[in-house]
Amino acid sequence: MRPVDYVRPLDVAEVLTLVAERPAARFLGGGTNLIDLIRQGVERPDTLVDTTALPLAGIDTALGGGLRIGATTRNSDLADDHLVRTRYPLLAQAVLAGASGQLRNMATVGGNLHQRTRCPYFVDRESPCNKREPGSGCGALEGIGRSTAVLGTSDHCIAVHPSDMAVALTALEAQVELTGPRGTRQVAMGDFHLAPGETPHLETVTQADELVTAVLLPPPSLGVARYRKVRDRASYAFALVSVAALLDVHDGQIRQARLGLGGVATTPWRAHAAELVLVGAAPTDEVFEAAAAAELAPAKSLPDNAFKVQLARRTIVATLRRLRADGSAS
Amino acid sequence: MTTTTPAPAIRPAAPSRPRPHAPESGPWVGRPVDRRDGPTKTTGTATFSAEYQLPDLAHGWLVHAPIARARITAIDDAAARAHPGVLTVLSHLNTPRLKPSPARPSLLDMSTMVGGTRVDYLGTDEVFFDGQPVAVVVAESLEAAQYAASLVQVDYAPLPATIDFAAAAAAGRATPVKQSLGMPTLVGSVGDADAALGRAAHVVDLHFTTPGHNHNALEPHATTAVWDGDRVTVWDATQGIDWFRKHLALRFDVPVESVRVIAPFVGGGFGGKGSVWAGTLLTVLAARVTGRPVRMALSREAVNRVVGGRTPTRQRVALGADADGRLTSVIHEAVLRNSPVGGGPEQVVGASGDLYASPHVRLVTSMVTLDLVPNTFMRAPGESTGSFGLESAVDQLAHDLGVDPLELRLRNEPETSALHHRAFSHRRIRELLHVGAEAFGWADRTPGGRRDGSQLVGHGLALAYHPAWEFPANVTLLLRRDGTALLRCGFQEMGMGTATVQAQVVADALGIPFDAVHVDYGDSDLPIAPNAGGSTQSASIAAAVLRSAAKLRRAVSQLHQRPGESLAQTLTRVGRDVEVSVGSDVGVGAAATSVRFIATTLLNQRRWVRAASGAHFCEVRVDADTGEVRVTRWVGAFDIGTVLNAKTAASQLRGGIVMGLGLALTEETVVDGRTGRIMNAGLAEYHVPTHADVPHIDIHLLDDPDPTMPLGVLGAGEVGITGVGAAIANAVFDATGRRVTDLPLTLDRVAP
Repeated sequence: MRPVDYVRPLDVAEVLTLVAERPAARFLGGGTNLIDLIRQGVERPDTLVDTTALPLAGIDTALGGGLRIGATTRNSDLADDHLVRTRYPLLAQAVLAGASGQLRNMATVGGNLHQRTRCPYFVDRESPCNKREPGSGCGALEGIGRSTAVLGTSDHCIAVHPSDMAVALTALEAQVELTGPRGTRQVAMGDFHLAPGETPHLETVTQADELVTAVLLPPPSLGVARYRKVRDRASYAFALVSVAALLDVHDGQIRQARLGLGGVATTPWRAHAAELVLVGAAPTDEVFEAAAAAELAPAKSLPDNAFKVQLARRTIVATLRRLRADGSAS
Repeated sequence: MTTTTPAPAIRPAAPSRPRPHAPESGPWVGRPVDRRDGPTKTTGTATFSAEYQLPDLAHGWLVHAPIARARITAIDDAAARAHPGVLTVLSHLNTPRLKPSPARPSLLDMSTMVGGTRVDYLGTDEVFFDGQPVAVVVAESLEAAQYAASLVQVDYAPLPATIDFAAAAAAGRATPVKQSLGMPTLVGSVGDADAALGRAAHVVDLHFTTPGHNHNALEPHATTAVWDGDRVTVWDATQGIDWFRKHLALRFDVPVESVRVIAPFVGGGFGGKGSVWAGTLLTVLAARVTGRPVRMALSREAVNRVVGGRTPTRQRVALGADADGRLTSVIHEAVLRNSPVGGGPEQVVGASGDLYASPHVRLVTSMVTLDLVPNTFMRAPGESTGSFGLESAVDQLAHDLGVDPLELRLRNEPETSALHHRAFSHRRIRELLHVGAEAFGWADRTPGGRRDGSQLVGHGLALAYHPAWEFPANVTLLLRRDGTALLRCGFQEMGMGTATVQAQVVADALGIPFDAVHVDYGDSDLPIAPNAGGSTQSASIAAAVLRSAAKLRRAVSQLHQRPGESLAQTLTRVGRDVEVSVGSDVGVGAAATSVRFIATTLLNQRRWVRAASGAHFCEVRVDADTGEVRVTRWVGAFDIGTVLNAKTAASQLRGGIVMGLGLALTEETVVDGRTGRIMNAGLAEYHVPTHADVPHIDIHLLDDPDPTMPLGVLGAGEVGITGVGAAIANAVFDATGRRVTDLPLTLDRVAP
């Protein structure tokens, strides 16, 4: 492992001073992703700023009926929180679908938002990757591609965003709170992650001198919600497709629909096109099919990941049907 | 000649002998005694090869070539050497060459077979596979070695490489393998299988593929080595202490007596620690060059890159049957891969000559040579993948005929082996099918599957089959006047419970309590134990234990043993301890053992077909929308001959089935066809089953001794994994109507 400085500041102001002086520093939460990447020679920070002693852990009710989730809250604690489980079961399900028990005990909310793709060409220092080494090319475009994305891709990168939690946060229309030398700002989840375009190494709007301090959830929406993760084994596997869905049906009409997709896109994907088809329509199988088709129409697939388009379509429809049944039962 | 037998109707489960359920008294053999190494391992006090603390210990780390075929044109290790704590950087530029690995392995000296590759590590500028170690950094700390390794700059001139298995096989570049005497069946023919297939009333002709697999035992390959002059002590994660010792002596050009290999505990082997790979050689080399004790535990990635795995296969299984479903022709062809620097064929087609009656059989194995890390043994090499092809094809035939797949197997139960017309030493497959079917409730299933909500439920069955062999083993056995005994044998405890089980054998053979038996193992200073491979170790050591006990009884009887007096009582009375030995580790005795072993092996092979067998029954649930397959129920009935310990035997078989779940559903070494680089060299993306993937596994044991094997033992290590792939594929077929012939059964292959 490369020699690296390690600091564990106690307050946010100290953090901001530190990272202003050290642009090659990285925040260390649970380390479940960053430490692997350092070992693999993918990440090469000169300083690790451990955030876990900051007074940022905890989940509190926010003004207006939402929740404020501190950035260093562990994933296990998030999924176990009574308010989260009862008012945002979608989020609890998504977090529990991720990684393994041991990893969730370590991983933080802020770290999860910044976790990096597991594309085999990104994590292998010997392979070309525009995300790891801008301009070196993309090994995945003509390589092993079962895990790669079909939505939000570019000619420079087709790597999938790996988070389950972020997909649920996207569907829940969460806000990310960033604190920097210029103060605090809020960014909508839908704007927080960046499509790869020609700059796949830029993944979020977080600036080098900013720290994610919280995630803010708006008050819970009406309706029923579910997180459905499809994967190769029953635990400890990234999604091939995941669907975070919320459906509110009233008098035979869909009043509200929110849909997030994981495993298929370069960012936690908000399925706006599908939502447009759903809202105002009757919750029929045909409408669900039309919504999925609308979302997946721009999908660009390769031989290895072509199955994901059909899989996403079927999983979206199956999840919406399940929610329709849940809704009529409740 | 094999004749077809009348089709018996399915009977109720045949009464089988009672299974051993913790008898309170009577023989120790068979009892489900807890493993003696259990508390040691669960409390973390067992010492593994990377955990020995030596003064002045230095640490090694490998530098790997990221290219499949090349010549090294330059190595710049200046930055690495300048890093604080670095002792040296070894490469072909500055390192004494090892003696070459034997080009032609010999049955007379099995240690000649354990070179994992023939690469002259650090002795050549040539790269033969991606991941080949080209330098070793030795440093005062692990961290310094790791970081300095990342600073070593190696330049390569690429050479043309052949990588793609499917393309090479399709291009007809496979070379047929010849059958070697005494080795498992790779090739064979009886009658005219092609003509019989052409005439058959029913034909199934299917092509199968299975991917390569990587070894991922819990403990990585790890070595600690220290030289004292020309003598070396090596703590190594090895499945074969004696073969490793002899191989190291050969490669380092020192007498065998100068090499001591210590390995009491090994954290899983599965074949991956049956050969000497780069880590072992280079640690011993680094210790010699630096004059320091050196430890090197491979990273998980390095295990994947420098240790071989299971060959991928392309198979054709063609079955011809008459109108009643009696097989008239069995054709099994397999294409496998090796490497220019090692690897070899696996017995993918072997069981197809034994499992069913058929007048016409043709078995073929051929190989393509690829520039990848050589393939090596992995739990039931060949049988695990070959059984997927054969048992899937039999299931398809049953479906085509409209016959219960269990009934079809009963109809084709042979009197003698189809290929060689040899007698079975022991064959209980009918009973296994009945016992398993009864426990599973096979008769109550809905053939063709049923739907439960969004899930399709299906059931599958497949036979398990693995040949039984034995190797010579040397032991000493001491019975003391205080009634305690000491068995000494140089095997390693790899998780199977070898020490526990052999203590049970000793207790019965000497008529003393289990707790009075101590077993010394894990050291080449002890009498030579066989390699733990081929499911042979328990039977082989038990045979030596029985011979030593007989010898000991004779010796005691000459001490004026009184009628009715036990051995221990005699020794107490006369105030003496008696020690006997079986087998000789050196000289004429050792040579005689080798010759006798080969003669016995060949003779036994001509007389009998000997094999452990089993019948798997499983239930799967397939998500109707996504194609995700989850296995929800498992029953395995096994004939492993005598059950030495009902607990450890069931664990072995369960472990085999769990590994089979990986083979069936998730495991695949993904190689980039452009570069020859493994792209999932880690446990996050190389998917072995998690606990959530493993259902309750119900094991039934016939416990019926094989009359021709020592103590009646047939071996339990490998038979469990055989047939698992087919049982699951057959259940998926039952559930979905889809016959998937490519492993693993990922959802994209299963989905509608």
